[in-house]
Amino acid sequence: MRKKFVGFLLCAAMTATLLAGCGGGSDTKETDAPAAATEGDTKAAEDTKADEGTTAAEGDTQAAAPAASGELIKIGIINNDTSESGYRVANDRDLQRKFTEENGYDATFAYGKTNDEQVAAANKMIQDGVDYLAIAAANTSGWDKVLQDAKDQGIRVILYDRVIDADEEFYVASIVSDMAKEGETAANWLKDQKLESYNIIHLQGQMGSSAQVGRSEALVNMAQAEGWNIVTQQCADWNAETAQQIVQSVIDAGTDFNVIYAENDNMADGAVKALDKAGIKHGVGEKVVIMGFDCNTFALENVMNGTWNYDGQCNPYQADMIDEIIKNLENGVEPAEKVIYMEEVGFDQSNVTQEVIDKFGI
Amino acid sequence: MGTNKVSKSKEGSLLSRMTRNQMFIPLAALAALLLFNLILDPSSFAITMDENSAGNPVLSGFLINILDNGSELAILAIGMTLVTAASGGQDISVGAAIAISGSVLLRVLCGSNTRPETLQAPILVAFLVAFVVAMLFGAFNGVLVAVFRIQPMVATLILYTAGRSIASWVNNNELPIIGEPSFGYFGGFIPGIPVPTPIFIAILCLVAIWLVLKFTNLRLYTQSVGINENSAKLNGLNPTFIKILSFVILGACVGVAALIKVSRLATINYGVIAKDIEMDAILAVALGGNALSGGKFNMAASVVGAYVIQCLTTTLYKFKVPSTALPAYKAVVVILLVVLSSPVVRAKLSALAPQAKRKEAA
Repeated sequence: MRKKFVGFLLCAAMTATLLAGCGGGSDTKETDAPAAATEGDTKAAEDTKADEGTTAAEGDTQAAAPAASGELIKIGIINNDTSESGYRVANDRDLQRKFTEENGYDATFAYGKTNDEQVAAANKMIQDGVDYLAIAAANTSGWDKVLQDAKDQGIRVILYDRVIDADEEFYVASIVSDMAKEGETAANWLKDQKLESYNIIHLQGQMGSSAQVGRSEALVNMAQAEGWNIVTQQCADWNAETAQQIVQSVIDAGTDFNVIYAENDNMADGAVKALDKAGIKHGVGEKVVIMGFDCNTFALENVMNGTWNYDGQCNPYQADMIDEIIKNLENGVEPAEKVIYMEEVGFDQSNVTQEVIDKFGI
Repeated sequence: MGTNKVSKSKEGSLLSRMTRNQMFIPLAALAALLLFNLILDPSSFAITMDENSAGNPVLSGFLINILDNGSELAILAIGMTLVTAASGGQDISVGAAIAISGSVLLRVLCGSNTRPETLQAPILVAFLVAFVVAMLFGAFNGVLVAVFRIQPMVATLILYTAGRSIASWVNNNELPIIGEPSFGYFGGFIPGIPVPTPIFIAILCLVAIWLVLKFTNLRLYTQSVGINENSAKLNGLNPTFIKILSFVILGACVGVAALIKVSRLATINYGVIAKDIEMDAILAVALGGNALSGGKFNMAASVVGAYVIQCLTTTLYKFKVPSTALPAYKAVVVILLVVLSSPVVRAKLSALAPQAKRKEAA
């Protein structure tokens, strides 16, 4: 009994610590990051949801198929679960908008939080004999068999949003965000502000995700080159609450800082809440420069009204490009490049307008 | 090993009586952490009066920070202690339940518009709805455990996995943002009162549970059911009811914690809100020296345990422990504390103390 109890305690402690921190492999649904490589952890309930999503979508397409003869292009679209983030919601909405019967598609959608779910959905789509397969993989590896099967059956695969560890021959094109470039754009913007001193609080996303890696590297490299001082570099796991606590601790410690570089909008928001609490002025022309990523609507509004300084775009709108590639392939034109980067810009008060917010806000 | 029992026993030195007291380990841990802070940074304990960006006077400082951010955990520790004592298991769904309850709260406040100009319902009404929803989910867990006799950790695993998805469905995957400043009072400051509101809410909850335990038979009944369900039944208690009641009380705690959490940021992020808080809450109970296998409990020790965890987290942020190493540091401290507060070690410790005393005498 006692032994069991101690074992239990230790288990609880270990689980807690495993789950608690940044290094932990906990499932982060908030990864606004496309191509997050480490995001493969399973959550059983998502299975049910994903399955439901699949069956519902399939029900629709089966009903629609007889009506619209062989003219439609059959495409299977595999995405991540929309509860992941605002980015994913915008991404899914964009795909749903584009791949409709009016646009000449017979589309089947499937959502999965893990590779297992996604691979199962992909296998089913291959069996159903789709013409194209569009995949935003939860995890970069484990797709070999699916890709081989698709190739054997002559199904063309297009990767979007996230990359897969696979030979280029297995896919037509991969349409992704260039995280490193997003970071560089932001770091260059910061350099152009020509602040008298640079004391930066760096709030990182889930460690190892491509968004974190790309956005962190750019800042760290620039800081080294320019002699900037990073006063705190902490992982807040894309989480606003954690970011708030970290910034609050820095303020309490009396450390001086004048830049907050948060790798997504939510963390920037949390940081701003901490500043507001301490009465520290932030935004355009104020003491602390606020930088965020992803272009959430609220973030762009904050940039427009000057309480934030910068917001980097992470473009979720790949549907048009996928459509273009497919239409070209139908006409026998292969895409010129295997890897196609999304066009992404950074916004500050000089280039953000209501139109920009309506167009790019997610 | 309740406090009153120890104080009654006349044998043993002051030291042995102290170490045998269940409050000793959590209080000693808290003292050690604070001492550590004091030595490394004597300014830790300075509490200053600042002005926040709304122009209101606010207290700030390391200690205020711990009390403020530890509020939710302390509130959850109350419910978790009762659930642990009555059912001999833990509820791992509290984080997900907070997401659901918070989502419901925002849904009622916002109506169908995610960015409302004015609140669609009074905050009190929204809170009460969310509060009842949280208790219903608590009852759901309770029924699974008490009626269907599912192991608590397995029963609550259902909500743990499904909860965050349910939360995002409640708001159609949208992320509502409340602009109304009065909604921020619950997680921030009420104008004119310099102490963070969550501290008041936590005190309110603690007083409430203290009164309940003092003036009702809840403690006796819960412990009886936890120690021996069958004999409790033979003595006319209804173990099923007591267990469900403990889960409903935890649900009530979840409802209050959810209010604080969503109020802090005036928004919600389903994937990460109150992430891993269930582990911290279980840890608080364990740190309080309560047997995780049920039975007797010490509420005050659990609550102190909750503040120990928050103190540890804040300390690690404060000393800028590198983000990748943070979980490891936390693990070391937690394992140390949990092992020290386990009944096995405490029994050994209290056995050592009188021996030392006798040797001295000889």
